[in-house]
Amino acid sequence: MIDKIRSADSRRVGVLHAIGDRWRALTKWQQALGLVAFVAILYYLPLLGIPGLTWLRTDSIEGGNNWAGVLFVCAIYVLVAIGLNVVVGLAGLLDLGYIGFFAIGAYSVALFGSVNSPVVKWIQQEFNLPPTWAVTWAICLFIAIVLTMISGVLLGWPTLRLRGDYLAIVTLGFGEIIRIVARNATGLTNGPVGISAIPGPEGAPSPDNKVFGLIDAKPWYWLAITFVLIMVFLVRRLEHSRVGRAWLAVREDEDAAAVMGVYPFKFKLWAFAIGAALGGLSGFLFGSRNAFIDPTQFNANLSILFVAMVVVGGSGNMIGVSLGAVLLAYLPERFRDFADYRWLVFGLAMVLVMILRPQGLVPSRRRARELKDRAAEAEEAPAHV
Amino acid sequence: MHFDELIGHLGQHTVDGLSKGAIYALIALGYTLVYGVLRLINFAHSEVFMVGTFAVLILWNQLGVENNPPVGQAILFLVLGLVVAAAASGGTALALERVAYRPLRRKNAPPLIFLITAIGLSLVFVELFGQVLPKLLGGALPDVFGRPRQIVGMPTIIQQETLFTIGNTAITNIQLIVFVAAVAMMAVLDWFINRTRYGRGVRAVAQNPETAALMGVNQERVIMLIFVLGGIMAGAAALLWSMRFGFTQNSIGFVLGLKAFTAAVLGGIGNLRGALLGGLFLGIVEVYGATLFASNWEDVIAFVVLIVVLMFRPTGLLGESLGRARA
Repeated sequence: MIDKIRSADSRRVGVLHAIGDRWRALTKWQQALGLVAFVAILYYLPLLGIPGLTWLRTDSIEGGNNWAGVLFVCAIYVLVAIGLNVVVGLAGLLDLGYIGFFAIGAYSVALFGSVNSPVVKWIQQEFNLPPTWAVTWAICLFIAIVLTMISGVLLGWPTLRLRGDYLAIVTLGFGEIIRIVARNATGLTNGPVGISAIPGPEGAPSPDNKVFGLIDAKPWYWLAITFVLIMVFLVRRLEHSRVGRAWLAVREDEDAAAVMGVYPFKFKLWAFAIGAALGGLSGFLFGSRNAFIDPTQFNANLSILFVAMVVVGGSGNMIGVSLGAVLLAYLPERFRDFADYRWLVFGLAMVLVMILRPQGLVPSRRRARELKDRAAEAEEAPAHV
Repeated sequence: MHFDELIGHLGQHTVDGLSKGAIYALIALGYTLVYGVLRLINFAHSEVFMVGTFAVLILWNQLGVENNPPVGQAILFLVLGLVVAAAASGGTALALERVAYRPLRRKNAPPLIFLITAIGLSLVFVELFGQVLPKLLGGALPDVFGRPRQIVGMPTIIQQETLFTIGNTAITNIQLIVFVAAVAMMAVLDWFINRTRYGRGVRAVAQNPETAALMGVNQERVIMLIFVLGGIMAGAAALLWSMRFGFTQNSIGFVLGLKAFTAAVLGGIGNLRGALLGGLFLGIVEVYGATLFASNWEDVIAFVVLIVVLMFRPTGLLGESLGRARA
């Protein structure tokens, strides 16, 4: 049985690789054309009404109209997966507290952009501003990125000297700390009550918002997918730069990398800060779309879901992790009847993928090779634990 | 900040902290044993503890235990609870090892993969006890298992009473039992590892797996042994927890596991006596912290302690020593 699954699986990967080779063999303009077509489809998705494609509709209610909302969730999860992939897949640091950065991103737009937040109220009082004043959405975006990068460095500075498995637990603790602080620091975050009236690009939610309103999710999806595409481009550039190669070197063998003149701590810190910024950006979008956040939305289970997206998809491979994110965001929406069992399924998926196919559904070639090497070593030296 | 409160009742807070820390220490042993031999953090160990609490819950429910039974019966229930919890937890730990970790060890997988598998397993267990089993067994065990994901209370086996007071420090019977039982369990484990033939095998594998294998130590059996031992300790902790706090929930393991892990790291992961020290220390720090600030900051204190300890003393208070003198 297991052998059958294994052989079917290796055939599937063979097909994937063949598609990859075919793609790389295309000429430049063909690739460009393909990319443009793909991006066009991405933007068209929420309007999806092509006959024959409508079975993709995800709404739990027959004829419901939350398809764009689901796409939005998929898009911000893809953003999370890309960010976490920098940390886990490229630099090899297991970060279980990624939800902390997501939360900081969401809270930065809430705290500075909403008239209901204690921070804005305090600024209004201090500077004699009108009660309608709040920080503009676009400035909140920068605040979110700066705050998350700073928190990434603050978390990374003391902890990145630790070995991988210690780091995982410490980051898990960090995620919990952020959530508990958000819940208990009532004077700053309104505590369990949460913050409402979080602004979007057109300001706080109101009937005047023509484009980015609460009802229609399509513009939000387009906004999110634009962010995703920009970030995919930037991270891809980074991956193929000196920094990206340094990450891989550190992931494979920290000591060897250090000997070759790569200072691991610096690059790990970079990975942490960049990953954090992406997580923060995603949380920022989540907060502005939802227009309301409270601490219960940022629990540790969600953090584990983020890790599951990366490892199930194929850590180290941007296409893989994006696929993982879409799957894990879309499936629970599609199969609402099984919603009670979603965490069970995620857990099982994580275990099965790790045992049968540790490199994930769409493996990064380099990663697949490394794991094979390790397995071969194990064959040669069976006594070794 | 409530300095006066802390100083005024320092003794009381210390006693409370010690009895809480003893439970952390028992769970911490599971992390420390596995880490000492396999260099692997068994992330799912917190769920081993959770299974133990549910085993106690179901047992007492099936026996129809009522609040405050007579002393003779109470002792019987406790002993039975210990046996059942230890069996359930030990069995769970062993199953984890066989089903999940062994295939990975065969493939010589990187540590990251062990960790992710463990996280997945932990999620599976939490869901099994929170969602699947209540639905399956809801009819068979109506009182305790009908409500998914809820906190379920257990009967009070021993009524909490003040045994004696020293100054303004009151020590209750349950606190005393928990503390003494936990320390006794750890003493037995320490004796087992340091004085028996099996213990020698464990120490040998911890020190150098290859050489131990050459000397005729069956490595697989040692690995099974440490998982079972860790599970039994978690089962004992589950019984003490049920006795002292009298409730359980499917997600009970998460925070408790993190704290026990913190305790293990505090004492020096891989060091059995360190786990005791770390657990007690963490318990005290937590109670002091909760008094100083407010009780809802309690969990934050544990994590901050973990980060601070790892920053300044990554090998913990006593350093790592299951194998002693590891190169």
